[in-house]
Amino acid sequence: MDDLLKGLLGALRLLVSADPQVWGIIGTSLRVSLTALGLGALLGIPAGAWLGLRVKRPRWALALLYTAMGVPPVVLGLLVYVFISRSGILGSLGLPFIPRLFTVEAMIVAQALRALPLVTTLTMSAVMGVDAGLKQQVLALGATRLQLAAVVLREARTGVVVALVGGFAALISEVGAVMLVGGNVAGQTRVLTTAIVLETGQGNFDRALALGFVLLTLAFVGNLLLTRLQAVSAHG
Amino acid sequence: MADFGMGAALFQLESVTRCYGARCAVSGVTFDLRRGETLALVGPSGAGKSTLLRLLNFLEAPSSGVLHFEGRPIDPLASSDLPTRRRVTTVFQRPALLRQSARENVAYGLRLRGLDNALARADAALERVGLLARAGDAAHTLSGGEAQRVALARALVIEPDVLLLDEPTANLDPANVRLIEAATLAERRARGLTCVWVTHNLAQARRVADRVGLMLDGELVELAAADHFFDAPTDPRAAAYVIGERLA
Repeated sequence: MDDLLKGLLGALRLLVSADPQVWGIIGTSLRVSLTALGLGALLGIPAGAWLGLRVKRPRWALALLYTAMGVPPVVLGLLVYVFISRSGILGSLGLPFIPRLFTVEAMIVAQALRALPLVTTLTMSAVMGVDAGLKQQVLALGATRLQLAAVVLREARTGVVVALVGGFAALISEVGAVMLVGGNVAGQTRVLTTAIVLETGQGNFDRALALGFVLLTLAFVGNLLLTRLQAVSAHG
Repeated sequence: MADFGMGAALFQLESVTRCYGARCAVSGVTFDLRRGETLALVGPSGAGKSTLLRLLNFLEAPSSGVLHFEGRPIDPLASSDLPTRRRVTTVFQRPALLRQSARENVAYGLRLRGLDNALARADAALERVGLLARAGDAAHTLSGGEAQRVALARALVIEPDVLLLDEPTANLDPANVRLIEAATLAERRARGLTCVWVTHNLAQARRVADRVGLMLDGELVELAAADHFFDAPTDPRAAAYVIGERLA
């Protein structure tokens, strides 16, 4: 109980202090999570809409999606590692757009791959939940398939926001994949979760707890903002 | 019914069939629909009336047979046929409205077409169905009758050549029924609108239609002028249906 209290007070101190190391870690966490979520949403929302609007959804796509959702992040990180390491299938090509290991960009790729199936599946569910009669009515009014997708996504916006909330929560709290491909390099690829692992390993429990509370606060504020957006969209 | 200047055939259907797997919802239907005409389709539930409307709205393609609009087939998916497909629309039994205001719902079809003054036109259409005062209200706050009138305004504001009505007044009170019938009739008088009403209400079919067709098990078993359909139907099944006998 004493440790928890100390951790909470430590978290407050860390947040109000201008410690550049802590704010750097927070910044990297947010940058990685939000960029990865943005990329996942960019691909996942249209893919989810496409799947959700199909009368017959391809089974292979659903199987792939559900499998991808179930892949442990550490395994996903390992796969990204194997692909982009210098001797890996993609890393050995030396292409400029393939990120190098132990960079923020590599972490973003791993996290975007984590977000993609989550956002796709939840968007698909939201789109499938839109009244079939409305979809028929929109087509009867002369909508193209693209216009139908746009209006259905707007109708399913509450569910799409849920997909983003779920994606953000999963990414900000993820540790395995970012540890593997980011390497937890101080000042470069260290994020809150990997910093917590490091501090715990070094026996600095109060600092680890403090960072844990910072992470919780961040997740809470992020989700508060997104649920606010959800409430606005539900009445919009 | 008065003659509203009915013209040449707008739709031509010849042996149109629509099957889903082994089950055929519409089977060998043949008739012409003339420009400016109002046709009522009656028949028991599951007879294929709604499927036939979906075919006429180009939401589905026939499994076999010929369905021509102004003398040519229309592809439900081809973008080149989109302008033609947009000349037909449907008001369904359940007024599926967007989670927006009544005004935005009515403006939706205009926005799809990239037309100007969508909101002003929407207001004018809402006024015609007596709902201008509720234009800014969220769709989910409307009563069933009001929602259906919004759905009708949404269909009429795009000035379709053909309006398909799939039991639009089922479950509505007589005042709303009368209002919807009157708004449709006014549009017919003003623009020569062609209508196909699907209804279980035989009195309504007699009120609104020039011709009435009876569908049974996917087939159009009787199609005649409204007076003839009700007073001297040719097919014995139509005679039985008109007097309210249960058809096997």
